Amino acid sequence: MLEPVNVSLESLNLMTLAPMLIPIIGALLILIIDIFKSDLDKTLYVMISIIFLLMDLGAIAQTAGIFNESGTIMGVFDVMLIDGLAILAQLIIVGASLLFIPLALTHSRFHEFSYSEFFALFLFMLGGFQFMVATDNLILIFVGLETSSLALYTLIAMHNRDKAFEAAVKYFTMGALAAGFFSFGAMVFYALTGSIEINQIATVLTENGFADMGFVLVGTTFLLGAIGFKLSLVPFHTWAPDVYEGSSAATAGFMSIVPKIALFVVAMRMFEFLIHSGVVWLEIILYIVVVVTMTAANIWALVQNDVKRMLAYSSISHAGFVMAAVLIGTTQSNSALFLYWILFSFTNLGAFSMLWISRQKHLPLHQSSDHSYNKFAGMVQTAPVAATIMGLFMLSLAGIPPFALFWGKLYMISSAVSGGYTVLALIMALNSAIAGYYYLKLIVFMFMRDPVINKDGHVFVSNATHPLRTIIGFAAVGTIFAFVAINPVLEFITALVFKSGY
Amino acid sequence: MLDNILSILVFFPAIAAIFGFAVAKDSIRAYGVAVAFIEFALSLLLWFSFDSSVSGMQFMEMVPLVPAFGINYILGVDGISLFIVILASFFTMIGIASLGETKNVKNMIISLLFLQMTMAGVFVALDAIVFYVFWELSLVPMLYIIGAWGGPLRIYASVKFFLYTFTGSLIMLVGMLFMAYFYYQATGTWSFAFLEWYRLILPETFQLWLFGAFFIGFAIKVPMFPFHTWLPYAHGQAPTIGSVILAAILLKMGTYAFIRLSLPMFPDASVFFMFPIAIIAIIMIIYTAMVAYAQEDIKQVVAYSSISHMGVIILGTFALNVEGITGSIFLMIAHGVVSGALFLLVGVIYDRRHTKMMAEFGGLASVMPRYATIFGIMLMASVGLPLTINFVGEFLSLLGFYQQSHILTLLAGIAIIVGAIYMLSAYKKMFFGEVTNEENRNLPDVNKRELVALVPLVLITVWLGVYPKPLLDPISNSVKSVVQLMHDKAISEEAKTRIPNLMDGVTRVKETN
Repeated sequence: MLEPVNVSLESLNLMTLAPMLIPIIGALLILIIDIFKSDLDKTLYVMISIIFLLMDLGAIAQTAGIFNESGTIMGVFDVMLIDGLAILAQLIIVGASLLFIPLALTHSRFHEFSYSEFFALFLFMLGGFQFMVATDNLILIFVGLETSSLALYTLIAMHNRDKAFEAAVKYFTMGALAAGFFSFGAMVFYALTGSIEINQIATVLTENGFADMGFVLVGTTFLLGAIGFKLSLVPFHTWAPDVYEGSSAATAGFMSIVPKIALFVVAMRMFEFLIHSGVVWLEIILYIVVVVTMTAANIWALVQNDVKRMLAYSSISHAGFVMAAVLIGTTQSNSALFLYWILFSFTNLGAFSMLWISRQKHLPLHQSSDHSYNKFAGMVQTAPVAATIMGLFMLSLAGIPPFALFWGKLYMISSAVSGGYTVLALIMALNSAIAGYYYLKLIVFMFMRDPVINKDGHVFVSNATHPLRTIIGFAAVGTIFAFVAINPVLEFITALVFKSGY
Repeated sequence: MLDNILSILVFFPAIAAIFGFAVAKDSIRAYGVAVAFIEFALSLLLWFSFDSSVSGMQFMEMVPLVPAFGINYILGVDGISLFIVILASFFTMIGIASLGETKNVKNMIISLLFLQMTMAGVFVALDAIVFYVFWELSLVPMLYIIGAWGGPLRIYASVKFFLYTFTGSLIMLVGMLFMAYFYYQATGTWSFAFLEWYRLILPETFQLWLFGAFFIGFAIKVPMFPFHTWLPYAHGQAPTIGSVILAAILLKMGTYAFIRLSLPMFPDASVFFMFPIAIIAIIMIIYTAMVAYAQEDIKQVVAYSSISHMGVIILGTFALNVEGITGSIFLMIAHGVVSGALFLLVGVIYDRRHTKMMAEFGGLASVMPRYATIFGIMLMASVGLPLTINFVGEFLSLLGFYQQSHILTLLAGIAIIVGAIYMLSAYKKMFFGEVTNEENRNLPDVNKRELVALVPLVLITVWLGVYPKPLLDPISNSVKSVVQLMHDKAISEEAKTRIPNLMDGVTRVKETN
């Protein structure tokens, strides 16, 4: 007869689940409301989402307090792992979502926001991402990844245009392949070590001195492939521009930030111990991937005729830039990763929101795509404030000081310098210069050319409502005055990252 | 107020520019002039309260910005930067005052005021990151000025200007981060403060690499041969005011940065690269003078002659002794005044005829006598006639370099004399002879608004040519401490001999006492 297993409730530490459960409860609540009364306005759902996100933020802050006192928290049979990385990543995920969800309050009515399911799926997705970052169990990472990805595919498809379906299906196919890669890689590591927890895997592998190097490499390759797909690293990036183009500008901005930070944390947990324990092969491959991602994406971005596609390629390039932090693997570089991503989320979400408020419900005949460069020509004459704000976001993305992203770039390049990666630091700097060109291209169109298509400035702000203006204003102020906040943010991040042992 | 005068100097124009958005379009010019005048008055106040006998930094301010990473907002001014700051505010003032008919004049004046902030910021910043912030930020208003008000090729010219300098300064940024990292390794704390960096003695190989990284950033800005190709485009397409600010102030950022950063931080590398850079400088002087001779566009002549003179400044800087560096700083001021004035003068004739081709003119001396006179004085100054402002600077620069190499100095000297040929021939084509083109016959002479800008420049040219002492004293005071610092820090034997030890004389006097 089996021994009964006694598990005390305290040892489960169910507190650790609170931040993930809050959005899931919110999602369920939205579904329940929808059952009782179905034709409610989107503002209700937006506000419910915001309330639950704020509660989520509170829960994360609470775990951060506990972490600060007693260090890393394990819970639920040691599956949950709340450390500094988890807290930082969740803060970014929830913070960026708080900026994203009010973007649903557009002036024109868009298809997806009239469904309550959009908001329910959105909150489920957040729960998935939060599970992903708050564990080092490969299976839970996989579950979180799939929950969030499936929800995200649907969100894209709900935009209800031809290209949106194409994008969703494309993303789904690629995502399925990546999921396969991930499970296969996890399987190889389980076969090698008998564990699915990253720290256990690390211990076992170090103890036997990486005896089965061949299998480690196979497992690493598959994991790299899976993570590469989701982070849109070259050569796994091919889905990204089409998916960004197909989804609404707001969703595209969201996709460029939130899913990626979750994957960065997974990559940090998985790859850094491998690099540090001397898997030289991975270091070389990662080096190549980082450099190629930065450079190639930049060069593709140069030749785009559509601002949204340009921003898609630029997001790929930024992801490559930040992936360098995982390669360098020092405390400074890991802190730089979070700092960069916080600043990037402000700026990039701002830039995509600017596209979003200029979104036309129906394309005029003479316009081939929603956001061609020509549409923005001479914008300063017709909508000077909007043009200035857009120019500000472009300058920040290009890394012109003192705007937000410059500080991220500065700290990141500095971490490359102090990590001993001098050549990488130079390549990063030169890539910023290349990137300068395509951001400048939009500025040139907005400020130095005469209007081609739109003689009327209204089109640039046609979608703008007070909530959207507030979001953009918030992003713009954050971009300009970032230098005030750098020091506290940097100290906070560094303390958390250092305490987690990264 | 004097405690924070540098911060006021830097941020007053920017704040005024933000308020400027609210000023009505037809009154913005008066607003711009008023703001620029206050700024100029403030910079004069700075000069009067400046203590010329002190060689170190004055009016220092410090506010921690990112203490976790050693970034502080540090400002300070010494004899090296003082006069360039004054020059910058002066040129912004007369630039706005002499602004001709311009479309979107409001945007232009607001851009100029923002540009004034960045210019003041670069020259008083004593922290590498703050310096870098202003250095990069200065590109943005200039990009807009060239790109929105320029000639037909303006977009190409402005983007080329931006990308060239942006690339160079990013490499410089990597160098700065390296420097901070070395400082961190040596002391255990991060710091980007120049004065802290000065104290660091680096091994020679590191010096060579870092010198290279900074050199690329500065050389593109100066611009030194072979990185100069963006400048003729920028000048050719820029509106008059853009060219004036570009030539008078923005180019000085590069040469100033050499003296502020490269020399005191890397004395051995400076000696190591002295001759290669001197040779580049001489190629720059001769080559661009020849190119200038071949131009048919008067603005291009002035642009190339401006590059040519920047070569002399570089030569003086890399003489690495007090005479040479003092001369090169003085020449920066002189070059600013003279080339700024020449671009203004070209703008005067362009406003009237909408062409800059010299073949279109001829015999202007009889039609526009006052214009011809002022142009003549400025041209003589540009050529380096004694008793004009340029002569003092050129003479001291060459005198300084003569102590390092006789032959190279001789070559440079000859090149400067040859420089007179193209300027005089350009003058001949434009002003002498019969009036051949009917359109030129009834051109109005310079009007009051233009005189307001030009007459002070003429006065300065002559005044400082005859009596340069008020400027030379504070400059050479500060330069002495830089040279002494370089000598003390130098590691290699060659550097110790090439960089003079100024304490020698003092100690000897003390011993005899």
